[in-house]
Amino acid sequence: MKKKITLKIDGHQITVEEGTSILEAAKKINIKIPTICYHEDLCVAGNCRICVVEQKGSRALIPSCATPVNENMEIYTSSPKVRKARKDIMALLVSEHNTQCTTCYRSTNCELQTLSAEYNVDNSIYLSLVKEEDCFIDKSSWSVEKDNSKCIRCQRCVRTCAEIQHVNALAVTRKGKDMKISTFLDLPMNEIVCTNCGQCITHCPTGALTERRYFDEIWDAIDNPEKHVIINTAPSVRVALGEMLGYPVGTRVTGKMVTALKKMGFDSVLDTDYTADLTIIEEGTELLNRLKDYLLYKKNVALPMITSCSPGWVKFIEHMYPNHLAHLSTCKSPQQMFGALAKTYYANKKGIDPSKIVSVAGMPCAAKKFEANRPEMRSSGYQDVDAGLTTRELGYMIKQSGLNFNELEESNFDSIMGESTGAGVIFGATGGVMEAALRTAYFLITGKPIPFEHLNIVPVRGLDGIKTASIKLEKCLPEYSFLEGIEVKVAIAHGLTNARTIMDQIVAGTSPYHFIEIMACPGGCIGGGGQPIPTTKEVRLKRIKAIYDEDMGKPIRMSHENPEIKQIYKEFLTTPNGEKSHHYLHTTYRKRNRY
Amino acid sequence: MTYKPKKVDIIFSPYSVAPYHILKETIKRTKEEVITELIESGLRGRGGAGFPTGFKWKLAAEEKSNTKYIICNADEGEPGTFKDRKLLVEVPRKVISGMAICAWLTGANLGFIYIRREYKYLIPELKKEIEVFKQHAKQINLNFEIQIFIGAGAYVCGEETALIESMEGKRGEPRNKPPYPITKGYLGKPTIVNNVETFASASMVCRYGAKEYKKLGTQDQHGSKLFSISGDSTKEGVHELELGMTLEAFVDEFGDSNTKAVQVGGVSGFCIPRKDFKNAIIGIGNTTGSSTMIFNSSRSMYKVLCNYLEFYAEESCGQCTPCRVGCQQLLNGLKAVKKGEKPAKYLDQLLKLAETMKITSKCGLGQSVTNSFSSIVTNFKEEMIY
Repeated sequence: MKKKITLKIDGHQITVEEGTSILEAAKKINIKIPTICYHEDLCVAGNCRICVVEQKGSRALIPSCATPVNENMEIYTSSPKVRKARKDIMALLVSEHNTQCTTCYRSTNCELQTLSAEYNVDNSIYLSLVKEEDCFIDKSSWSVEKDNSKCIRCQRCVRTCAEIQHVNALAVTRKGKDMKISTFLDLPMNEIVCTNCGQCITHCPTGALTERRYFDEIWDAIDNPEKHVIINTAPSVRVALGEMLGYPVGTRVTGKMVTALKKMGFDSVLDTDYTADLTIIEEGTELLNRLKDYLLYKKNVALPMITSCSPGWVKFIEHMYPNHLAHLSTCKSPQQMFGALAKTYYANKKGIDPSKIVSVAGMPCAAKKFEANRPEMRSSGYQDVDAGLTTRELGYMIKQSGLNFNELEESNFDSIMGESTGAGVIFGATGGVMEAALRTAYFLITGKPIPFEHLNIVPVRGLDGIKTASIKLEKCLPEYSFLEGIEVKVAIAHGLTNARTIMDQIVAGTSPYHFIEIMACPGGCIGGGGQPIPTTKEVRLKRIKAIYDEDMGKPIRMSHENPEIKQIYKEFLTTPNGEKSHHYLHTTYRKRNRY
Repeated sequence: MTYKPKKVDIIFSPYSVAPYHILKETIKRTKEEVITELIESGLRGRGGAGFPTGFKWKLAAEEKSNTKYIICNADEGEPGTFKDRKLLVEVPRKVISGMAICAWLTGANLGFIYIRREYKYLIPELKKEIEVFKQHAKQINLNFEIQIFIGAGAYVCGEETALIESMEGKRGEPRNKPPYPITKGYLGKPTIVNNVETFASASMVCRYGAKEYKKLGTQDQHGSKLFSISGDSTKEGVHELELGMTLEAFVDEFGDSNTKAVQVGGVSGFCIPRKDFKNAIIGIGNTTGSSTMIFNSSRSMYKVLCNYLEFYAEESCGQCTPCRVGCQQLLNGLKAVKKGEKPAKYLDQLLKLAETMKITSKCGLGQSVTNSFSSIVTNFKEEMIY
C-alpha cells in the first residue's frame, strides 16, 4: 500500500496517496484548477503553466499538474499572485494564437477561448506574434487539416501521436521563438506517415488541428434535384451525436437522428450496421476458410487473421508492418461495403442511375475520409463512397438545418440496407467486432448459441488495452468437424500502441491467437477521431454503455439472422466469399514506406 | 568593509602536488570525513545556481542505487564565459580528480564530460588525459570510467535536466522537478551534475583542507573563483580572484576607467550601474556565474539589452509559455517603445511580465531573464525610451 500524504489546499485538509499530483488532489475536494497542456489520456508535460499554484514558503509558483504532493504542504490555488500570473500567461498564449474566433471551427468548444473568456483576458496587452507563414493552412490530407497559426504549442497532439498511437507523425521542431509542431521534414500532411486516425484532433485544445470538412459539398448535392443522396450512419455515431446537440454524454439519439437526416433532405437514410452484419458473414467465413486450410489441408495460411474495419489501423500496418499484410482480413470496412453495394445492388433495386447517387457516410472517424478516397475503393465503377462526415460535422449540419432536434419524432432507417442487428451495433465499441463474430461463428459451427448469458461475451468488453479470451469448440456440426476440440484464442487491441504489441508478437512468431480485432482509437469507434470533443475515459465508458444498451434493445442480435442479409445473398451475392463478394466486398492492401 | 580584488593562484597553479596524488590521499580517509570537509569549506556550485556542493554529494551518496552517474557539465554556454575551456586545456587532471573523488564518495562507476560541440578540438587531448587517469584509477583500485559526450550546441542544455535529456537522445528540454537528477537523472538513475570548475575546486578543497580554503574570501563567501572578464576592460581573460570584493574595487582593477555598468553572471545575471558599484559585492544578491562583462560609456544599453533578448528568444527551448512567448514579448515590446509605437509606460507592463516569467517559468533560463531585463530597464530607462 502506498504511503498517505496529508496536505492543505486552500485551507482544506486532505489526505491522498503518495505520488498524487496537486491537481488530482485538488480535484478530489472539488477545487478546479484550470489546465491546457494537461490531458488525462496523456503523460504530464507541465509546459503551459496555466495550472500554477502557490506553495506557502516558496517564491516561485509551481505547476500543479507536474508536482507531487508533499507532507504538510500548504497550497493556494487562487491567491492574488496565482490569479495575476495565470492571467498573464493566458494573455501570452492568446498573443501567439490567431484569434479569428468568429470563423473558427472550434469556436465555443475551444479550451483557450473558454479560459481567456473566464479570465477576461485583454487581447491588446501584448503584441501579436502570429507569423504570416503560419497562416497557411495545410489542407493536403483527405482527413486532417493543420493550422499552425492557432497552435499554442501545448504538445498534446505530439504526446497523443507518440503515446496512444506510437506513430509520431507530429513532433516538436526548432526552439525558442521558432519552436513549432511539425511533420517529418516539414512535409505536407498527405506525404507523411500518418494513419489519419484523428486522435490529434480530439486531443487538440484549439482549432489548430481539425478534420477536413465536406458538409458544403453535401449540401450542394442535397440541393441538386438530379442527385439521389443517401447517407449511412455508423453504430457509434448514434451514441455520441447527442453531445453535439446538448444531450448528456451517453444518450442514444438513433431515432431522432434518422428523422433529422430525412428532414434535411437525404433521399434515403440507411444504416452502416447493416454492412457491419455483412462484414461478420464475410469475415467469419474467411476466418473459417483459413482455419480449414490450416487444420484440415495443412496449408500455409496467414494466421492469426486480423480485422480490417478500422482504416487508421489498416494504414498503420501498411506503413509499419508491410510484410505482414496477409494477416489482414481482405474484407472491406462496413463503410466501403456499403458504398460498393449502394451504387450496384441498391441502385439496381431502386432503379436509379448509379452515376446520380451521392453516397455519404456519417462516421466517428477521420480516417474514413481517407479510406473513401483510396483508389482501391471503386469496385462499383464509381467512387464507392463520395464523402465521409464525422459525428461533429453531422452535428453542425443538423444545427445549420435549423431543426429543433429535441422536438423531433423518432423514426426508423429506410429500406433496403437499413435493417440491422445488435451484433452490428456493437461494432462501435472495442471488442464489439469480436463479440459479433463469435456470436455468429459459434452458432454456425455448433448449431447452438454461444454459452454466455444473453449472448453477452463479457470478457471481450471493457477498456483494457489488450484483451484476450478463448472458447473451446465442442460438438461441432459435421461440416466443421475439423474444429472439434480446438480452443479458439482471440485478442482485442485498441489504440495503435497496443496494436504494435500484438504485431510484434506476430513478427516474432509467438502470437498464440487465431483471430484478432484491432481498432486504431482508444475505446474503439466510440472514441474515434471524428467524435465530439472532449473524449476522456469517463466519456468512453458512457458511450460504450450506450452501445451495449442499444444492442440489448434489438430484437435480433446475431448477424446471420438479419433478414436483409439473407435477402442480399439470395438476390445478389449468392454465397459468402463468393465471386461477387470478392469483387465488391473484399479489397487489397499496399506496402507503404516507414518514412 | 571592502575587499580589494585579491588574485589567487590555486586552480591554475602548476601541478605542484599531482592531482592524482590528492585523489590517492583523499580516498584513504573516511567518506564522512571528506564530505564534512567539503560541506565546511562552503564550496558552492560554480555553474551559476550556487547549490552547496558538499551537501549535494552527501545526498547523492545517500541514494540507494547500484548505478549512479556523474556528469561534468562543460556545455559552457553563458555568454561571456570561457573559463571551463581554459580549465580543460590547462588543468584537466584537477577536474578529473574532482570527478573521481565524487565517484568514490557517491559510489558512481561511470562519469561523462558533457562538452559543447564548439570545444570539439579539445577532445583529442582530453582523451589522452582520460587514458592517463585510467592507469591511476587501476593503481588505486577505483572502479570509475570517464566518457566524453558531445552536446549539439543549445544554450538550454547547460541546464542539468535538459543536458540529461539530450544525453538520452531526446530534445534538450528541461524536465519537471521534482524529481531532481540526484534521485532520478540520466536513464532514471541518481546523477550528479556539476560544473567543470566545481570539480576542480572540490579537488583543491581536498588538497588544502576546508580550514585553509576558507581563509580565502569573506565570512559569507568562501574560497576563490574564476572570472571570465570581457568587454571594455584592460585585462580581459580568465582571472582567479578571492570572493567577497566590491564591484568598485573590481572595476578599479579591470575597467578602462570609463565604466558605465557591469553585467555580473552573464546574460542571466544582473547589470549593475556605476552608482551601485560601491555597495555591490560580487556573488551577493547577484549570481555566482563567472561571466563579467564591462561596458563603458560608449555603449548603448538598449542595444545591449536587445542583444540579450534576441539571444533568449532564440535559445529558449520553447516548451513553456512564459519563456517562449515572454522572451519574444519583451524583445518586441522594447523595440516598440523605442520606435514610439508603444508608450513609455509600456515598459512597466514588460517589467510585470518579466516578474511573471520569473515565478512561472519551468527552468532557470526563463526565470532569470528578468535579472538582466529589469536591472537594465530600471537603471537605464531613458536609454530605452529615447
